[in-house]
Amino acid sequence: MTGAGGAAEQTHPGDAVLDLRDVHRTHGQGEAAVHALRGVTLTVGPGELVAVMGPSGSGKSTLLALAGGLDAPTAGEVRVEGQPLGALDRRALARLRRRRIGYVFQNLNLLGSLTAAENVALPLELDGLGVRHARRAAQAALVEVGLAELGERFPDQMSGGQQQRVAIARALVGQRRLVLADEPTGALDSQTGEAVLRLLRRRVDAGAAAVLVTHESRHAAWADRVVFLRDGVMVDSTAPLGGVEQLLAGSGR
Amino acid sequence: MSIRHGLLALLERGQMYGYQLRAAFEESTGSTWPLNIGQVYTTLARLERDGLVRSLPESEAGQRPYTITDAGRADLALWFATPISRTDRPRDELAIKLALALTTPGVDVRAVVQNQRTATMRTLQELTRLKYASDRPEDLPWRLVLDAMVFQAEAEIRWLDHCETSLVRYRPAPEPGGRAAAQPTEARWDGEEARR
Repeated sequence: MTGAGGAAEQTHPGDAVLDLRDVHRTHGQGEAAVHALRGVTLTVGPGELVAVMGPSGSGKSTLLALAGGLDAPTAGEVRVEGQPLGALDRRALARLRRRRIGYVFQNLNLLGSLTAAENVALPLELDGLGVRHARRAAQAALVEVGLAELGERFPDQMSGGQQQRVAIARALVGQRRLVLADEPTGALDSQTGEAVLRLLRRRVDAGAAAVLVTHESRHAAWADRVVFLRDGVMVDSTAPLGGVEQLLAGSGR
Repeated sequence: MSIRHGLLALLERGQMYGYQLRAAFEESTGSTWPLNIGQVYTTLARLERDGLVRSLPESEAGQRPYTITDAGRADLALWFATPISRTDRPRDELAIKLALALTTPGVDVRAVVQNQRTATMRTLQELTRLKYASDRPEDLPWRLVLDAMVFQAEAEIRWLDHCETSLVRYRPAPEPGGRAAAQPTEARWDGEEARR
């Protein structure tokens, strides 16, 4: 861990990877309107992992969908690497999503007819990268998640934990700067779930930005900052942590 | 747990003198249980009086090593075999604080819950950070101590979530004089029932 907390403190909206400014998202109109998010402002810098916690229906998944350009705010602005998503046409938005944003969902969405390596390479190939280059990048991502030897297996030949790591490799492949994860540890046992969070943490320490939605405090604790949502409003946030050395000094070790 | 059994377990590894025991104790508890040298010598004196350890002749440097006796080994084996009783835990200040917050006029109980949750979350982050930094195989004993604290903090947060959900549904029953009752009616009913 290389000073992830320090990076978090230095974040300015100018060099933020993700910047949500007074974002609102309302479904429906008039009396039937549901306010999923009400004025959320959140900045995530390089080397920062932010966890979002809150009860069901508090707006966690809506926040993630807006951050990833999968949904658009009713009011306010979402920027990824300084680019306002609202100003991009559909094609430019799709390109940004493929190249710069990685998604890990509880529902893994791995294609059963493709091998692990093909699943990981797919977003790059869709982006027009040559097959050989895409496969090389996919192999590097599989090495990063500890699956170097299993690239030729199909999802149904792998354990749940291995499939989840393939999904993470797919989210990390190439030059992804923003990783968005919605309950990425799903139904995994605690050891395997922790391994998944270590991978995410390591990628963030290498300079990516990430948002992790979870209802498990033990998982949220891997973040530099934890924000709490309730009824679409951010009610509280933990301050960024100092470095490990400071913590070790504090515990007398 | 007692320092007694901690020292016996350490002496089971081999003979040690006071300062070595203190260092080994702190190392195996990840410094979560600081011990002063006075406590070590007082405990050793009692263990010797009870026949569980024996002191050996002083070294040239003036250090007196201690060794575990057969009776000490038996006592240690019994300790490992006996589950820890939770009944003599210190009183839970947080639970009492929330119960009082609920019955004290003018206290924003939801704010108390949220403040505590943020503080406990922060502790949990710090523990996780320490865990991430200690992933060598020889760190396992320390990691297990950290895990125990992680699970305790997690349980506290889950309980605070539960409190918050309960607060949303909580409606104090009106008292005859028109003021809100201090306690939910079910709690009183349970108390009545228990006395019968």
